[in-house]
Amino acid sequence: MRGFRAAAGVAAALAAYAAHADGQELRPSGKLLLTGGVSDVEGAGGGGLATWATITGYETRDGIGANLHGTMVDLPDYRFTAFGGAVGFLDRIEISYARQAFDTGDTGAKLGIGKGFTFHQDVFGAKLRVAGDAVYGQDRWLPQVAVGAQFKKADRGALVKALGAKDDQGVDWYVAATKVLLDQSLVLDGTIRATKANQTGLLGFGGPKNDGYQAQFEGSAALLLTRRLAVGVEYRTKPDNLGLKEDDWMDVFAAYAVNKTLSVTAGYADLGEIATFGGQRGLYLSVQAGF
Amino acid sequence: MIRLLTISAAVCLAMAATPLLAAEKPVDPYVQSNANAGVTPFAGDEMLRAFHGPQGVSRIVDEMLARVTTDPRTKEIFAATDMERLRRVLKEQIVYILGGKVDYTGRDMKTAHRDQGVQQTDFNILVEHLQTAMDHEHVAFRAQNRLLAKLAPMERDVVVR
Ligand code: HEM
Repeated sequence: MRGFRAAAGVAAALAAYAAHADGQELRPSGKLLLTGGVSDVEGAGGGGLATWATITGYETRDGIGANLHGTMVDLPDYRFTAFGGAVGFLDRIEISYARQAFDTGDTGAKLGIGKGFTFHQDVFGAKLRVAGDAVYGQDRWLPQVAVGAQFKKADRGALVKALGAKDDQGVDWYVAATKVLLDQSLVLDGTIRATKANQTGLLGFGGPKNDGYQAQFEGSAALLLTRRLAVGVEYRTKPDNLGLKEDDWMDVFAAYAVNKTLSVTAGYADLGEIATFGGQRGLYLSVQAGF
Repeated sequence: MIRLLTISAAVCLAMAATPLLAAEKPVDPYVQSNANAGVTPFAGDEMLRAFHGPQGVSRIVDEMLARVTTDPRTKEIFAATDMERLRRVLKEQIVYILGGKVDYTGRDMKTAHRDQGVQQTDFNILVEHLQTAMDHEHVAFRAQNRLLAKLAPMERDVVVR
């Protein structure tokens, strides 16, 4: 519920901002290729696993941009998929939604919850750019900084509580800093997230080991190879509230902008141990269509 | 009468001596300075060589200007522009930034763009045309980005709305 209130606040800020920008011509599709990042697993503009300070879509401060995305991570014992969309307003505010599915496949039977048992989660996100400009601020150290909230709701309440989670919904709060170092053809991001989420929320929030907010880190480093192609690495730390030896996540990826409408991200993700099954490494594939 | 003749002779001489400038329209007076280029240039000649010298820059600027002045999204902005002058000072500015031994004789970015109504979208369109022109000149991507790193902060002076 708190998440919805945050979203309402952001909507009000947006209306105020739009009124302020009145009199300016609205223009579509102005940002440079890949500088807005792609869609991450939680639906926000970012890398694959990390949320960035960039506002999704190719709009500049003169327009509105939107995109849809689909992401899949094919793991040895599970399959993760996510679909969603995001809208960026005036390169200032981003509203996003993703529906994640974590399919246990044959592993479900081994876990005693049934073959093909699938956990779902809805993620509603709002992000506000508060300082700096990742691209134009090349003469300054200040990165682009954004603050955001993600309201998450898992659908298997009874089961995640049986696993020890205190709640099946929660809100993550984050501060993200992103900098494009054009001089080095690098994009760097570092994000601090206050969260109670277990496996980013798919296994609920809080647990027997810990039920408070903890600060976690997620970050990306990407090298721009051409106007269309970037390669990078990511890392994301996670709490272990359930005492199930929850691991940090990492990946290596290549993002390719076919054009301003379509980008494809392919990578290799290491999600560590998930629900007693270790070595969850596999192909990461994400497709994003922007408008 | 004699005085008038001398004056017109002098004017003719001056025009003959500066045939390039003759095609340019006069602009409001301003103080000439390399500081008007807006950034500190690269040291050494590595960057200018990556752009194939002043000739390479000249080809890039010509193509970029041809593109922005025909692109339906931006051409209106250049409708009243003295292209002779813009072409000359823009080449100077880029060569100067890349470390060339030239002086930039144009105006500062704020003054030059004050009345042009450039939006952030236009800025990015121009950068994309510049990237295409640099690609056609076969300038290495990393060298392209190093120049763009110098130009990007000019957004604050060029974009006025
Ligand atoms: C980093 C980007 C840019 C640089 C380095 C740059 C550079 C220059 C220079 C050197 C001049 C001439 C100054 C003088 O006459 O003394 C100029 C003028 C002009 N620029 Fe730019 N410019 C940039 C971006 C833009 C953009 C994005 C537009 C519009 C799409 C634009 C439109 C113009 C126009 C219309 C003039 C002519 C002004 C006049 O007629 O007085 N410029 N620019």
